[in-house]
Amino acid sequence: MTNSKKETWGSRMGLILAMAGSAVGLGNFLRFPAQAIQNGGGAFIIPYLTCFVLMGIPLLYVEWGMGRYGGKSGQHSTPFMFGALDKRFFWKYLGVFGIFTNLAVAAYYCYIESWTLSWAYHSAAGHFLGQTQGQVAAFFNTYVGLGTSEPVMFWIFCLVLNTWILSRGLKGGVEMAAKIGMPMLLLLGVILAIRGVTLSAGSHGAIYDGVIGLNYLWQPNFSSIWDPVVWRNAAGQIFFTLSLGMGSIHCYASYVKSKDDIALNAMSAGWMNEFVEVVLGSAIIIPIAVGYLGVDKVVQMTKGGSGFGIGFMTLPYLFAQWGPALSAMAGVMWFGLLFFAGITSSLAMGTPCMAFMEDNFRWGRTKAAWTFGAAVLLLGIPCVLSQEAFGEFDYWVGTISLVIFAMAEIILFAWVFGMEKGWKEITRGADIKVPIAFKYIIKYVTPLFLLVVFFGSLPEIWATLTKKITGAVLFARILMVALFAAISGLVYVANKKKVAL
Amino acid sequence: MSTSALLMLVVTEVTVTLFTIFFFWKVLTVPPKPEPDSFADNDDEAR
Repeated sequence: MTNSKKETWGSRMGLILAMAGSAVGLGNFLRFPAQAIQNGGGAFIIPYLTCFVLMGIPLLYVEWGMGRYGGKSGQHSTPFMFGALDKRFFWKYLGVFGIFTNLAVAAYYCYIESWTLSWAYHSAAGHFLGQTQGQVAAFFNTYVGLGTSEPVMFWIFCLVLNTWILSRGLKGGVEMAAKIGMPMLLLLGVILAIRGVTLSAGSHGAIYDGVIGLNYLWQPNFSSIWDPVVWRNAAGQIFFTLSLGMGSIHCYASYVKSKDDIALNAMSAGWMNEFVEVVLGSAIIIPIAVGYLGVDKVVQMTKGGSGFGIGFMTLPYLFAQWGPALSAMAGVMWFGLLFFAGITSSLAMGTPCMAFMEDNFRWGRTKAAWTFGAAVLLLGIPCVLSQEAFGEFDYWVGTISLVIFAMAEIILFAWVFGMEKGWKEITRGADIKVPIAFKYIIKYVTPLFLLVVFFGSLPEIWATLTKKITGAVLFARILMVALFAAISGLVYVANKKKVAL
Repeated sequence: MSTSALLMLVVTEVTVTLFTIFFFWKVLTVPPKPEPDSFADNDDEAR
């Protein structure tokens, strides 16, 4: 039986790649460009980078700091990490969000991840060749509508793959996957980005140059900066892209020894994610889609701000215009890239859940991994069967609980644990000089920022809670509440055991 | 591309790329801490 206390990272580069892999997800390539198009084009980058500096970087420091601090007392998941920072009982239960969010997000994220594998297979097999755009879109709708058993098979395969990698541990599983996945992702991203920006009108049926799309995406509409909704969307994108408020950063950082650096590691992983999102993410779907469909159609397709429609329903059709060999290559590269982005993130969701059971219930790694896989399977069933349940999970755990958790952790770290001690924790063993300004940003600016984001979302939360719901939505909500209660129960039992000892 | 779009693109992408390279270069060049550290691959003792 392998206990988590014996787990360790193989190398510093492995840790950074795993941390960057946890942050880089499908959203970097699909959500960011769609958000930019819908929120002021090039001007979106101003609130986006402001949120990165005032909220993203401070929360990265806080989560790495809390993680390493918790690791000193043998805790690799947030309930008892929070407990280590302040003894009052309720912090442990706020720390439950760090397990709950990972489990619930994994429930639908692994399903999306399995789509990328399926689409890569269909691209390689040339199934999109000769299809109209409507037929490719219909294929997507039939797929998510479970018109065949294929989605379930790919989903189960994806779950088993994730679970198997997790069962191999930190160094032999998660780190190994990141060391393969991240370089592959960067390579495929660079190739597709070059293809996107060099796409020229007239070649392979393109109507416009890819640069037209790039121009549209980066054309600043400065009036959008004064719109609070744009700022909220920028803050949401930063949360989403850096995997903040989830508990996975804490878990990865908890395996770092107290004298080793976290400041440079945090910056290295955080900026790598920004490179993938801003530089590569902006140069693929929008230039290619605009090249074939024109600006107006692409603006219409990104209305929801997710980019999923273009990614899964349009790009396979556009790739098919490049001929059999090139389209197969492009399809495998694009969906392979999304798969690598997805799996490095879903593995990060499994690690804190496993660590919680290993630390507190003396479970072995293999048992913890397969239990996580089984839990994700059970929680994922409603998301696979119902798009409404899927959306409900995404809203409450993928959006709201991240903000609640982040508010709790920054108040705990900066105000309860204390910023003096917190700052020492962040800068201990640092290989870079952390600008002192961040000490004050963490204490005053970031909490205020988060409160504004949270209170700004309250009308929307209220509207969501009070609108008429279907049975699937009700079931999803009950499931989420039951999951939170079950994890809280486990924290209660683990706490009792600790007190008895 | 229009001048304003090109300017936004160049300034943003150069800034992000330079920060990424800088921090990555620091990771690669900073001397390792004395053992025992957090990483198993450079452990002194035979495993």
